[in-house]
Amino acid sequence: MKKVNIMADTQKLIFPAQLHETADGGIVVTKLDDIINWARSNSLWPLVFGTSCCAIEMMSAADAKYDWSRFGFEVARASPRQADLIIVAGTIVMKMAPVLKRLYDQMPDPKYVIAMGACTISGGPFFYNTYSVVKGVDHVIPVDVYVPGCPPRPEALLHSMITLQEKIKHETYFGKNKVAGK
Amino acid sequence: MTNEEIKQSVSAIFPAVTYDETGEFLTILVEPAEFRSLMKALRSNAEFKFDFMFCLTCIDWKTHFMMVYHLLSRTHRHNIVVKSKLSDIKNPEIDTVCDIWETANFHEREVYDLFGVKFKNHPDMRRLLLDEDWDGHPLRKNYVDENMISL
Repeated sequence: MKKVNIMADTQKLIFPAQLHETADGGIVVTKLDDIINWARSNSLWPLVFGTSCCAIEMMSAADAKYDWSRFGFEVARASPRQADLIIVAGTIVMKMAPVLKRLYDQMPDPKYVIAMGACTISGGPFFYNTYSVVKGVDHVIPVDVYVPGCPPRPEALLHSMITLQEKIKHETYFGKNKVAGK
Repeated sequence: MTNEEIKQSVSAIFPAVTYDETGEFLTILVEPAEFRSLMKALRSNAEFKFDFMFCLTCIDWKTHFMMVYHLLSRTHRHNIVVKSKLSDIKNPEIDTVCDIWETANFHEREVYDLFGVKFKNHPDMRRLLLDEDWDGHPLRKNYVDENMISL
């Protein structure tokens, strides 16, 4: 029986399993965590959510030139019920904060958050002398990946999303926060 | 009409108003008591016909509030600024003009929201931008916010 390892470290998108060829077909051997994480990380559906100029860069990352669908993000959802990734792209003001919290709560588990740009990380240019801006979106919802920039380039956003995929690939099935092997 | 003609025509009806010509526009300074009748005349008199209000805002000078109205006439191609001084810092009030220019409705709500100026006879005097339970008026110079980080 020939044994082929088709999960090489440099080819993360490839199906994480071992194929055992037999005369009348084959047997696939894999780990539950690997297969779930493979499925989850390569079909992240982002919520259509943008509050200012970062959203323009986010739309650019979705467009043909940067094309985030190459990495499995193409199904942007207009409903939080169907999304499992929220890219907070833009300034969050006090009035928006409860709306953002509700959107996050409406998303089904497992759910992930990317804080895109200076405003969502810390308030950015609106850190001082403002009465209306939330100084960091992590005051409202937990954040998985932070992308600095004002706004970040689409490449930076793509990098953050691939980083999130890497993060998901190290999860275990029972509990989002448990990291395998640590 | 030229600025001089506007001044003559306005002074003929409202002799109490004063003028300031240091800025870009001819500025008419009017007392709040006379304010509404002046605005009505500017809107409806055929010689003025200021049918477009393109800015309505307020300035907090600490000692008083100054209401600022920018008006333009599409037929006569002239424009002016009307200012009115509100001396009551605690409870500033002025007549609404939202029945004269429809756009003033939201502008006055914004000024009420951020400066706390009340507009008498406004049909819907609620906050426009901030939450309804917001405490205070943030564009006032004496506004205090404990969460605000000052540079």
